[in-house]
Amino acid sequence: MNRQSAFCVGLLTPQQPAPDGLQNAGGSPSGKRYDVYRNNVTHALISALNTAFPLVHRLIGSERFGRIAPEFVRAHPPSSPVMMFYGAEFPGFLTNYAPLSDIGYLPDAARLDLAMRHAYHAADAPRLDPAQLQAFATDDLMTTRFALAPATHILRSDWPLYDIWRVTFQNDAPKPRPIAQDVLITRPDFDPALHLLPSGGASWLTALAEGNTFAQAHERAIAQHADFDLEATLTLALHTAALTNSTTRT
Amino acid sequence: MSTSLKAVAIASAVTAAVTAQLPTQATAASKEKCYGISLAGENDCAAGPGTTCAGTSVTDYQGNAWTLVDTGTCETIDLPKMADGTPRVGSLEVLSRDLPA
Repeated sequence: MNRQSAFCVGLLTPQQPAPDGLQNAGGSPSGKRYDVYRNNVTHALISALNTAFPLVHRLIGSERFGRIAPEFVRAHPPSSPVMMFYGAEFPGFLTNYAPLSDIGYLPDAARLDLAMRHAYHAADAPRLDPAQLQAFATDDLMTTRFALAPATHILRSDWPLYDIWRVTFQNDAPKPRPIAQDVLITRPDFDPALHLLPSGGASWLTALAEGNTFAQAHERAIAQHADFDLEATLTLALHTAALTNSTTRT
Repeated sequence: MSTSLKAVAIASAVTAAVTAQLPTQATAASKEKCYGISLAGENDCAAGPGTTCAGTSVTDYQGNAWTLVDTGTCETIDLPKMADGTPRVGSLEVLSRDLPA
């Protein structure tokens, strides 16, 4: 083991003694200094996780978050020096975290936090102008492919994810209803925004994202959700800049 | 439903959705990022960990910190002159003035 990896191995392993040969200026062993360094590394990762998952943090509170965070950061140190997407493994970690397994929606809450962050950092794209859509002849429209904006994210949940988010961050929001909710994240201007998708909306947008034509996406959404409402979904998609102006014909 | 009936149904849903957009277009792009106008610690941002973030600017009018302002107003916001007497203006691009040492 070279010196650098010997130094690193103990940073996230509190039981590990300070690496051999670490000395202070006077030549005496400097284990305490290593402990300070180790604490700073762990603490910095914990505060990054804290900032990164605001919904999870609010749902379980500082105390419980503070107990999970050290376990997570030690098990999943960053794989990249770029911290903006840190925590990709957090939803999976929460799924398998026994002490909180009674909060079944927590992994979806973590996915939502991650998706909001990805939406924030996604590339800009010109939005689909309603006038551009209206200009299509009906037959052309059916065979046209539409693209989702890089910032657009669709999350399907078995939980009332939208209601949970709203009751957590908005004053006077109603209590979550006992239903499954799919959500849409878009970034019309500078900040990501969360929206509740109508029934079948997630199927329709996913079908478009996979390169299906307008007609094929509609077929798919109807097949999966008989009550799919194209008008409501499309209204939302146009209003929130979920689609870009880039279209292709077959 | 036949294919043509379906197409008609889709087309009418599209028309309805497009019509529903009309009143909201004015709100698009009504704000923009303006650099070099924020007081120390009062810049906007919501970028998560590892980025320069909301409230992290350390100097008044720091050139690389921004605040969202109404579109078109950025370069006309009143700011005090620089130490050498040259006027200080906001910018839609990152500025190299007033950076922390």
